[in-house]
Parts: sequence; C-alpha cells; structure tokens
Amino acid sequence: MPVAAASGFEPPTIADFFPDVVLFAGTPFAMNRVMLIRVLVIVLLAIWLWFGTRSLKLVPGRGQVMTEFLLNFVRNNIAIETLGEEDGRRWMPVIMTMFFLTLGMNLTGVVPGLQIAGTAVIGLPLVLAIIAWVLFIYAGFRKLGWTYLKNALFLPGVPWPLYFLLTPLELLSTFIVRPITLTMRLLMNMVSGHLLLALVYAASSFFLFTLLPQGNLFGLIGVGTVAFGIVYLAFELFVAALQAYVFAFLTAIYIQLAVAEEH
Amino acid sequence: MHIVGYLAALGFGFAAIGSGIGVGIIVGKTIESVARQPELQGRLTSLMFLGIALTEALCFIAIAIGFIPFPSP
Repeated sequence: MPVAAASGFEPPTIADFFPDVVLFAGTPFAMNRVMLIRVLVIVLLAIWLWFGTRSLKLVPGRGQVMTEFLLNFVRNNIAIETLGEEDGRRWMPVIMTMFFLTLGMNLTGVVPGLQIAGTAVIGLPLVLAIIAWVLFIYAGFRKLGWTYLKNALFLPGVPWPLYFLLTPLELLSTFIVRPITLTMRLLMNMVSGHLLLALVYAASSFFLFTLLPQGNLFGLIGVGTVAFGIVYLAFELFVAALQAYVFAFLTAIYIQLAVAEEH
Repeated sequence: MHIVGYLAALGFGFAAIGSGIGVGIIVGKTIESVARQPELQGRLTSLMFLGIALTEALCFIAIAIGFIPFPSP
C-alpha cells in the first residue's frame, strides 16, 4: 500500500507496556512508568476515599453524592445482591477494594498524559485474581469445611460412573480456569484498548501532520480517524467502568457459589 | 499472490466469531426478557453483564495467545 509505505507512521507495539526503568534502576524496586502510574492511582484513591468520607453532611455536596453513589452501588448492587444481607456485609470490604482498585487503574488508560492502564501489565490483574481465588476457596472451607470440596467436585444427582468424567472437568473449571479467565479478561481488555487507542492516535497524527502537508489527499482520512478516536475514547471509558464492575461482581459470584449450601 | 501478516490475528478473528454470536444471543435474549417483564430490568442487566463477561473471556484468551512467544524452529 503506498499510503502505509510512506515514512512517519509508527504503529503501537507490545513494547509500549514495558517502558524503560526511570527510578531505582538496578535494585529490586526498579520502577517504570506503569508502576509509577499505579502508585499515583493508589495515592489518589486513598486521598479521595479518606477525605471524601471524613466530613459527611446531611445535605451532600456534588463530590459526596458521587462518592456515596459508588459506595452504595458496590454495597447494594454487587455485594448484597449476590451474597445476601449477612454474607454481603462480611465480604463487602474486599469486594469494595477490588472494585475501586480496578476502576482507578483502568481509568488511567484514557487519561491524557498517562495513557496506559495500570492493569495493562499482567502483575496487577494476576494478583487480584489470585486474591479472588484464595477468597472463594477460603469462604467455602470456612462455611462448609471439607463438604465444600465434595460440593464443588461431585455434583449431586448424577449417576456415579459419570463422576469419572465430571470431576476432572469441575476441578479444571472451578480451580484452574476461573483465576486464568479473571486475569485474562481484565488484562486483555486493557491491552487491546490501549493498542487500539494508540493506533488511532498514531494514524491521525500520520494522516493529518505528515500526509496532508505534502498535499496528499489521502490525509483527509485523518478526519475519520479523529472522529473514531473520540468515539473509541468514550467506549474505553465505558469498558474501564464495566470491567471494574465485572471483576468485583464475578468475585462476589464465586464466593456465593462457594458458600451456597448446595447447587 | 503474496500475503504478509500475523497468523495470530487470523486466530483471533475465528475466536471473535464465536464470542460475537454468543454475546449477540445474550443481549438479544435480555432485551426480549425486558420487553416481557420490564420490572425485572435491573436484575436482568446484571445477569446480562455476567453472561457477556463469561462469554467474551474466550475472545480475550485468543488475543493473549498471540503474544505468547513461540520458539523459532
């Protein structure tokens, strides 16, 4: 293609997610841009949730309304709706943490200047998925003891020869596939979101600032890519919130499946 | 004719067929159910997102496989 062959177009690569180390090089605490973004997000979240909930007023201001809306949403629509009143309140803190952490980390993917999600490198999604995995196994053992394993692996109401087929499948799907899909869903949403956004930006800059000044009318495609970029930015914003919701919701569902008396 | 590209992209395309159909069925059925019983909309919407999340995970695993470095023969 003659258009792509011209110089100046730099498509995003996977190297975007592994930028150069900027702080503490050579030590085990070497930090690159993504990790600095994560630290920034955690500091901002801590400041927001600490000072946002200190002086609550009976007639809430605009900031308080938003904070209360999100906190209420996670408590009522995620924790209590899936787990019930008692278990919901017990597991609420960790579900709340997961929601706000993933939400904050995802949102940095669309903030200009930061432009990469804290969850777009495997470390954080993996740690969160392992926490969810440990949590639902712990919840099951705490509630039911060893009958949890029996419930999880041997489905009731099945003729016993089928267990040779079903038990390995249940083992695989409950204890191995769940953490992997939790990790991959969050990670790959953010990775593909970043790659597509960066591709649209790079293409717009190439069309508008390289091709058009040369008098090449193919540069007018840039108008289309800019429009698509704006739409896609809004979509990424939606995906960031949706993935935070889905992650917290699935954690709650897994805990609920583990503590259910029988299924 | 000579075509150059990533085979992984082709694999992702095939995976996207399946999850595309799956997500379409889930959303369509949800709309159908809400049309029948609008008062259940909140519950159905969260179930819909749960179904979508479980279905499209396969698609995202297909993206991830493209990034696994294979040893060159």
